[in-house]
Amino acid sequence: MVLLKGTPVAPGLAVGPLVCLAGVVQVARARGSRGDERDALAAAIGAAREELAAIAARAGNADEEGIVAFQIELLEDAELAGPAYAAIDAGEAADTAWRAAMGLQIDDYQSSDSEYFRARAADLRDLCDRVLGRLSGDTAEAIPQGAIVAADDLAPSRFLATDWSNGGLVLHRAGATSHVAILARARGVPMLVGVDSAQLGGHSQALLDAQNGTLILDPDPDTRQAFDRRRTTYALQQVADARYLEKEARTGSGERVQVMINVARPDDVGTLDPAHVDGIGLVRTEFLFHDRDRLPDEEEQYRVYSRLLQWAAGKPVTIRTLDAGGDKPIPGLTRERESNPFLGVRGVRLSLRHPQVLSVQLRALARAAVDTNLKVMIPMVTLPEELERCRALLVRAVAELAAEGVPAALPKLGMMVEVPAAALAVEEFAAHFYSIGSNDLIQYLSAASRDEPELASVALPGTGFLRVVRSICEHGSREGREVSLCGDLASDPLQIRALLDCGLRTLSVAPAALAAVKAAIAKC
Amino acid sequence: MLHEVGLHARPSVRLTQLAKSFASRIEFGPSNEGPWTDVKSIVKVMKTKTPKDALLYFRAEGADAQAAVSALIALIERDFETEA
Repeated sequence: MVLLKGTPVAPGLAVGPLVCLAGVVQVARARGSRGDERDALAAAIGAAREELAAIAARAGNADEEGIVAFQIELLEDAELAGPAYAAIDAGEAADTAWRAAMGLQIDDYQSSDSEYFRARAADLRDLCDRVLGRLSGDTAEAIPQGAIVAADDLAPSRFLATDWSNGGLVLHRAGATSHVAILARARGVPMLVGVDSAQLGGHSQALLDAQNGTLILDPDPDTRQAFDRRRTTYALQQVADARYLEKEARTGSGERVQVMINVARPDDVGTLDPAHVDGIGLVRTEFLFHDRDRLPDEEEQYRVYSRLLQWAAGKPVTIRTLDAGGDKPIPGLTRERESNPFLGVRGVRLSLRHPQVLSVQLRALARAAVDTNLKVMIPMVTLPEELERCRALLVRAVAELAAEGVPAALPKLGMMVEVPAAALAVEEFAAHFYSIGSNDLIQYLSAASRDEPELASVALPGTGFLRVVRSICEHGSREGREVSLCGDLASDPLQIRALLDCGLRTLSVAPAALAAVKAAIAKC
Repeated sequence: MLHEVGLHARPSVRLTQLAKSFASRIEFGPSNEGPWTDVKSIVKVMKTKTPKDALLYFRAEGADAQAAVSALIALIERDFETEA
């Protein structure tokens, strides 16, 4: 039995035979006359266009249609194949000419500094392979139904041509914003990324867990049985839970519980109806700093924050200041080669060492706070002084904006409670609200890294953790300050009863877990 | 350019398809002096990698030039949604 970790990009559980896909085999084609090669390429492009039109006709939703429409539009643009025809006229074979012409365009997308444009390289590769397939007369091997498919990357059109019932997908290269990930989420196909496909050879059976981000190869019988039980429960649960999505969350005895969502990037709210949530309990702002060579300016941050507040339509939105470091490095900002990054210069510790970066963020937040229900949350607070220094910077940002004549307001300032020293002395912190970061608090209380799969049974929310949560809730209700929990724990239906028992009445969960959490609350 | 991630796949498809419904030659660029890009070619449109909040200038030449430019600007202003 082998256990590999990956990043879930589409939720669910799947079990099946492991099918590893190889890349397209490149066989050079015998070259005909220039006229023959031109005709061969034109015919292959025409045939590829027809294949795509047939896929578009079968498309099940707007995402699928949009992705195929993009590829068809590319094929219909004479500009796409122009350089290939020029190479044929210069004496190249049709396949070599096409591959070279597409290779230049793929490289162009691949080198973009925007994740979105980089992800489009996969669409061009897909088109390139489809036309090459027609030129060589090859068609890709069919993907059997119900398999766990592993590959370096998967072409969107190949995804669409496959029956994914009971199947799952494991890719090495694709990211959360790749077209294939969007398709997998839309079709409900469990999917992991970041799993090295080279490690998968020689295994036959796979358990894909896109809830916890694991791929288990050749499981022993006990693991397999436990997984099957979870799968059955998961499937039944999903059907049952769906009925709770639109309702306000209430316990069996009718007590109201606020259920908010965690947002890691602006697209996360995507198709979600704001009427189904009580607000956004955590906006991670690290995404603003990813994949770029300069830090986001005030204007850009202001627009992103405003957009989320607009979506929430008056419901509370808690935005966390940059929480870099630990497992979230940011080039140029976080420290390299810290001996123990989780105990290092991270969160507010890092922000206070870069007040110029923090102040830009606080100015953007103060501007977005005008006439909205925005709250600002500081991560990794250990000492009251840290919170007070942030407050001073926030007050100064508001004063500066006022002096410049820019509309701004002072948002409520709260803190994450994730460092044991702060959690055990929460009364010393003059925070408007406390949000328990269970991932870090559990890892610090149990002295067990959350990245170490072998310690999963040690890093559990045990009595010690629950006692700390209870004491924070008691302090909150004495002082009339809101206490919430925004870690992964709140997204786990099995933990809801214990959390409510501690006195928590506000939970912030992964958008995909919303229905399941509301359903679990109703059973308490 | 109001769209959340700029002029990427889906918005570009809508833009080129709408442009192709006009007879005029239509181009856009980042300033009123160009460089100009043929709006009817998705390959060229995507190559501009136009980000969110970029300011775009349109110019057109032909019998339906005015209508074409108005329609394209309206498409961008309604964030590439199809007309209700």
